[in-house]
Amino acid sequence: MSLLISIAYLIASVLVIVGIKLMNKTKDARRGNFLSAVGMLIAIAATLVQVQLVTYTEIAVCMAIGTAIGLYYAYKVEMTQIPEMVALFNGFGGLASVFVGLSDYFLRTQTLNEEMGAVIAVSIILSILIGGVTFTGSMVAFLKLNGKITGSPITFSGQHLLNLLLLLAFIGASILVYLTPADPLFVYVITGVALLLGILTVIPIGGADMPVVISLLNSYSGMAACATGFILNNNVLIVAGSLVGASGIILTQIMCKAMNRSLTNVLLGGFGQTNAATAADGPAIVIKEVGVEETAMLFDSASSVIVVPGYGMAVAQAQHVIRELMEQCEKRNIQFRFAIHPVAGRMPGHMNVLLAEANVPYDKLVEMEQINDDFANTDLVFVVGANDVVNPAARTNPASPIFGMPILNADKAKTVIVSKRSMGKGYAGIENELFGYPNCLMLFGDAKQTITKVVGEMKEM
Amino acid sequence: MSAESLIILLYVLVLASYLGFELIAKVPPTLHTPLMSGSNAISGITIVGAILACNELGYTSTAKWLGMAALVLATVNVMGGYAVTDRMLKMFKKK
Repeated sequence: MSLLISIAYLIASVLVIVGIKLMNKTKDARRGNFLSAVGMLIAIAATLVQVQLVTYTEIAVCMAIGTAIGLYYAYKVEMTQIPEMVALFNGFGGLASVFVGLSDYFLRTQTLNEEMGAVIAVSIILSILIGGVTFTGSMVAFLKLNGKITGSPITFSGQHLLNLLLLLAFIGASILVYLTPADPLFVYVITGVALLLGILTVIPIGGADMPVVISLLNSYSGMAACATGFILNNNVLIVAGSLVGASGIILTQIMCKAMNRSLTNVLLGGFGQTNAATAADGPAIVIKEVGVEETAMLFDSASSVIVVPGYGMAVAQAQHVIRELMEQCEKRNIQFRFAIHPVAGRMPGHMNVLLAEANVPYDKLVEMEQINDDFANTDLVFVVGANDVVNPAARTNPASPIFGMPILNADKAKTVIVSKRSMGKGYAGIENELFGYPNCLMLFGDAKQTITKVVGEMKEM
Repeated sequence: MSAESLIILLYVLVLASYLGFELIAKVPPTLHTPLMSGSNAISGITIVGAILACNELGYTSTAKWLGMAALVLATVNVMGGYAVTDRMLKMFKKK
């Protein structure tokens, strides 16, 4: 029997791995996700046969509640809210690892009165630490993303020192957990400290750095699952957990590279707060405004258009009208593409999902490296709700906080129109030199409303 | 836990992490959001641990209550994660 269970776990692991492998191609991705879900189902089934029949009722009740909540939320959520939903589910996974770790601790020390052993003790402590940080960290990210708490960095003096002291306290209390396993006091202490650390490490990180934070927390939730695998001596947990851990780390690296910042720099937080001095430098920018009719005429006379979407497009829910704009342009045989910066939006690939939802075919979405040389031959670039990712200061001004960050060469196009709510600054808190360029026109107003009007004008032309 | 079984678990950890790095580095940026929500669902594999933690008789034990709470949370993570990933991937269409 136990051999059969092990084989089932092996099959489950293989299915999860193949599922991830299929994610390498857009056309196979949905099948990959399905295979991975089948793998999960097999793992669950192989676990259910191990438990005593009398516990089935409560297991069924718990799973029914979880399924109802999970599916309700998954089908109700708007595509613009995906980042916060991923953060929320991630937090649940982290908390589940904490509870599994704690449960095993109480089972061994109170019910069975067993020796814990060093490996088990370390695994329990790690699943509480990583799971706890994942939980509260994800909750803070969730609240920041849906605007319940401010998206700007929350910093105070001595913040990093406090984190360091808490980490030391965690290590100290962990040693006491190992030395006096029968006393649950220190287990409560490490759980509390882990939860506090999660909050304190995410609050200083600003909204636009959330892609990095979500990726990292995603990685943590996998590592927490790994730790529970060591507690239970179970390979499927370790395989699945380390795949997720690796996935999160790779996405974190990609995001950091796309901002030309180190992970440490992102995690220390406070980005965009200390740049008042640099922003005051340089001459004031003189901008040129453009109206709706003129914008429509510019689109009408262009032969190639590139749209640069950013987080502002998600906020304004402008993706559907941009699809209509695309249809208008394609009717006129205008080449119409989207340039996607890796950190546009609030999580990796955020823009792609929003545009897919608006029925934009994914072959219209071009990555930065592939499209950057085409800007120079493009008639019209339309920047919607993006700012720092098209700021030429990243190339030219060594004093700028974003200097060195790879940007989209929107400024090289013949004409650039920037759809923007107002003259506010981007996340980095600096002026965008592009707005003062001779080929740049500003289209002020809510993106959805102004673009709707532009589409209306084009329909009448 | 014996030293041998710890070593086996460590082997699995190292090899699976390496495999993960190899596989995920090839995922195109278009799919990064579904990749993340899909891997999020995979991290719900803790559900295995949660089910085992529920395998405890009598409601007097703390271990059992924690196991049940973990089971609800992990199920939300698994079901919600896979469902929303499928919903997203359904929308990705080529022209």
